[in-house]
Amino acid sequence: MTTPATTPATGPATGPAGAVYLYGVARDLTPGTLPALSGVGGAPVRTLTAGRLTALVSTVPLAEYGEAALRENLEDLAWLEETARAHHDVVARAAAAAPTAPVRIATLYRDDARVTALLGSEAAAFAAVLDRITGRSEWGVKAYLRKEPVTTRDPGGGPAPDAGPPTGPPPAGQGTAYLRRRQDERRRTDEAARRRSQRAADLHAELADHAVASRHHPPQDPRLSGRTQTQILNVAYLLDDDQAEGFLAVTRAIGDRVPELELEVTGPWPPYSFIDTAEAARA
Amino acid sequence: MSEISWAGGRSPAQRMSGERQSANLADLLERILDKGIVIVGDIRVNLLDIELLTIRLRLLVASVDRAREMGIDWWEHDPSLSSKARQKEVPAAEEDASLESMREENRLLRERLAALEAAASGKENAE
Repeated sequence: MTTPATTPATGPATGPAGAVYLYGVARDLTPGTLPALSGVGGAPVRTLTAGRLTALVSTVPLAEYGEAALRENLEDLAWLEETARAHHDVVARAAAAAPTAPVRIATLYRDDARVTALLGSEAAAFAAVLDRITGRSEWGVKAYLRKEPVTTRDPGGGPAPDAGPPTGPPPAGQGTAYLRRRQDERRRTDEAARRRSQRAADLHAELADHAVASRHHPPQDPRLSGRTQTQILNVAYLLDDDQAEGFLAVTRAIGDRVPELELEVTGPWPPYSFIDTAEAARA
Repeated sequence: MSEISWAGGRSPAQRMSGERQSANLADLLERILDKGIVIVGDIRVNLLDIELLTIRLRLLVASVDRAREMGIDWWEHDPSLSSKARQKEVPAAEEDASLESMREENRLLRERLAALEAAASGKENAE
């Protein structure tokens, strides 16, 4: 575990048992526009300003956010969810008030002075990120296939519909039939996958026409998403604020035109997916 | 900022909910864990740990078999998400190979049998 420095912090002291949690960095945030917010672990959110940049921070206990504790807590889904929601809430409220660059979850500093120093030393990097996202929001689009297109079974009958792929050793003496069945199964699976990815590509092309940028996310675990239909698309789109209305109209039109697709649109999000980490600032 | 979430395509009537909803956990985690400015803080957590966690969350599906029945098997094709993707062809190849070797064995046994029969009948004729 990192031993915190004993140098006095500017602003509220963090003391040896505390650390400073950084949510994000806003530009030109008018003082007083943010309501009193509680952040991770219910800690009050404070602001630290240097020049045009304002860091959103909370003081958190090292017992929970120290290196070892953090590693353990991040593996705890309940803790992770609570922390992620609190982190997101702070970033989203700041983003509604001023352009805000989110910082990855669980970015921690020894004290306020370290954060203020960061705002100065990385001002150019933050400015570059903020320039790209000012006046823009992220919207998420997930597309689900309502029903798999009916695939014709091979005329030979094949296994019972609910048998699934054969698992045990093949029945003796039926090697050729077994191999053919396997081949057919693979072909059907490949064909269905090809159709799905073509659909996803067409859909994405249409949506991307109405966006500034896009970023694909991996398909979601059905248990996390709570959806069992096949997810064929999961993309974040960066939209200029005045594009949002048109973009939403397009998603609705697609829903009407292609009944077997179900589109789920979420947003506006702070532009999490469009923070280029290649320009990651280094403290 | 109000957050809206709606499902399109429920024709004829679109469902549009204006009330603030808490974001779906999957949507949230894929944005907050993987994205955002990465700054090296004073307290360092190996980011690999976090990435492992997200991958584990994505794969932590008790219902994998059910998902597979429905054709949801994308993770099996992505080597970065699944070690199975790299091993996938091995069991099939082994099965195919064992069938092949059985056929070969059958062929050899038949040849041997034929040779023995021929030798036996040759002996009879000689006597």
